Amino acid sequence: MKSFIAFWNILVKDMKNYYLKPPNISWGIIFPFAWMLMMFIKSGTVFDIASVFPGIVAMSILFGTTSMLSVTITFERKARSFERLLLAPISLEMLVLSKIIGAILFGIFNSIVPIFISIFFFGAGVMNWPVLAAGIILLSVVSTLSGLFIAVTAKEVFEAQTYSNFYRFPMIFLCGLFVPVSQLPVFVQPLSYMVPVTYGVDVLRYSISESNTLSILLSLPVLLGFCVLLFYTSIFNIKRKWIV
Amino acid sequence: MNKIIEAVNLSKNYGSFSAVNDISFYVKQGEIFGLLGPNGAGKTTTINMLIGMAKTSDGKIIYKGGDVTGNIKKAQRLIGVVADESNLYDEMTGYDNLCFCGSLYGLPAKVRAKRATELLDIFQLSEAAQKKFKAYSRGMKRKLTIAAALIHQPEILFMDEPTTGIDVASVRQIRNLIKKLNADGTTIFLTTHYIEEAERLCDRVAFISKGGIINIDTVAGLVEAARDANVVEVLFEAERVNKKNLEERLKNKFPHVECLLKDGNTVKILSQEQIDIAPIVGSLADEGMTILEARLIKPSLEDAFVKMTGIEIDMMKKEKEKR
Repeated sequence: MKSFIAFWNILVKDMKNYYLKPPNISWGIIFPFAWMLMMFIKSGTVFDIASVFPGIVAMSILFGTTSMLSVTITFERKARSFERLLLAPISLEMLVLSKIIGAILFGIFNSIVPIFISIFFFGAGVMNWPVLAAGIILLSVVSTLSGLFIAVTAKEVFEAQTYSNFYRFPMIFLCGLFVPVSQLPVFVQPLSYMVPVTYGVDVLRYSISESNTLSILLSLPVLLGFCVLLFYTSIFNIKRKWIV
Repeated sequence: MNKIIEAVNLSKNYGSFSAVNDISFYVKQGEIFGLLGPNGAGKTTTINMLIGMAKTSDGKIIYKGGDVTGNIKKAQRLIGVVADESNLYDEMTGYDNLCFCGSLYGLPAKVRAKRATELLDIFQLSEAAQKKFKAYSRGMKRKLTIAAALIHQPEILFMDEPTTGIDVASVRQIRNLIKKLNADGTTIFLTTHYIEEAERLCDRVAFISKGGIINIDTVAGLVEAARDANVVEVLFEAERVNKKNLEERLKNKFPHVECLLKDGNTVKILSQEQIDIAPIVGSLADEGMTILEARLIKPSLEDAFVKMTGIEIDMMKKEKEKR
């Protein structure tokens, strides 16, 4: 019960201090809206929403979560307020969970905007809602944990931002958002299958238009595996780097 | 005597560099224990190992008789930590900061609200309770940081340089609060580079230098160990006094003491034995001197520190303030 009180209050504190701040909420709305508008202008009047919908959802999640968590944690470490959390009598796993849940919820919120716009303004359909929900949640978790992975590496806030960009931009091209993985150069394709977003985008494709290239029976467990791997790698790195 | 903390042969290496080298000490329940040393002596590394922010390379850490080496989490409910910087959340109010810190220790909402209000009152911050932390002065920030460390009523309070960089009034207030907390039963582990602070507050002090403990004792014990000789200084009115051969005349009368005339108006009397001031003062008065003051000079903790570590205090303060 005592651990849960700590967990809940860390989460509420992060939501109030970071995620529910007007600039972040507006980012969550403007970012996917701008992408959809860009696609709309590019295609003249009508564009194939089903083909870009998964990509925009994935990017909204990826961009929202990775930098937010890495920046907020690096900021707290710099201000040394993060030490308070490390000194609290709760397990490191519980502490990490309380820090990432806020970012995961923020990622899910970011994905709702393009879904809402696609369905209500462009009449897009969703083939499989449960799989869409699973895909969004797992993609939010894996992107957030990537942000945590970056936070453990960065010492300064600007480093966290730089590393986030180094991580995200190549991923956009590797994960098959713009060019399907099968059409990428052969030597790049193995890299694509090493990034979790590839599987996340494929799950979203399945849920929206069933235009996936991998089986969701493969993609969902692989995404889950990436979550577990990133979680425990981050815990290991925190113990190694922050409790020296 | 109850040992609340024990460090046994504690070492910390960073690669080939030894930050703390095989130190052992204990802290008694209910005392104020001070760790004094210059920058890089190993004070913060020692504290970090004790609170779980650094791993030990070797040795044991024992809290209340239980070995917690490698798992300080077990003891973290017992301890409160005041870092050398005021590390609360800028965007939160003083009251919210305290409540949040209480929640980290699992205090229920009503309990932490009551405790936060009490602490704001004790630390005279009630009027600023709803102000954001970033709007606090440095002294107020320091006080709130100490209050935050006390929210869960810890048995042991670690304080790393608690009065560095704040105004004189806040320093006095914080020192009084430390005394009061200790009187109420909190064991305090303190590091400071203000040697007079250690002298005023601490029951026992450890001198640390280059990763090793040089000496541990009570303030009186350390001072006594540093005493080379008993010293009495007699200040007199300099006019109308025959100072010629004064030292020799006194030596003849008091063969067991050594007398030195200093600044033309002070006689410094040194002896390995106890000095009886009255006959000396009487003799000087007989010489026609008007005695203004006679006092026994005791070495200070600073003298003891300088003698035992070979480190000049002024250098230590300048280094710290530069940082």
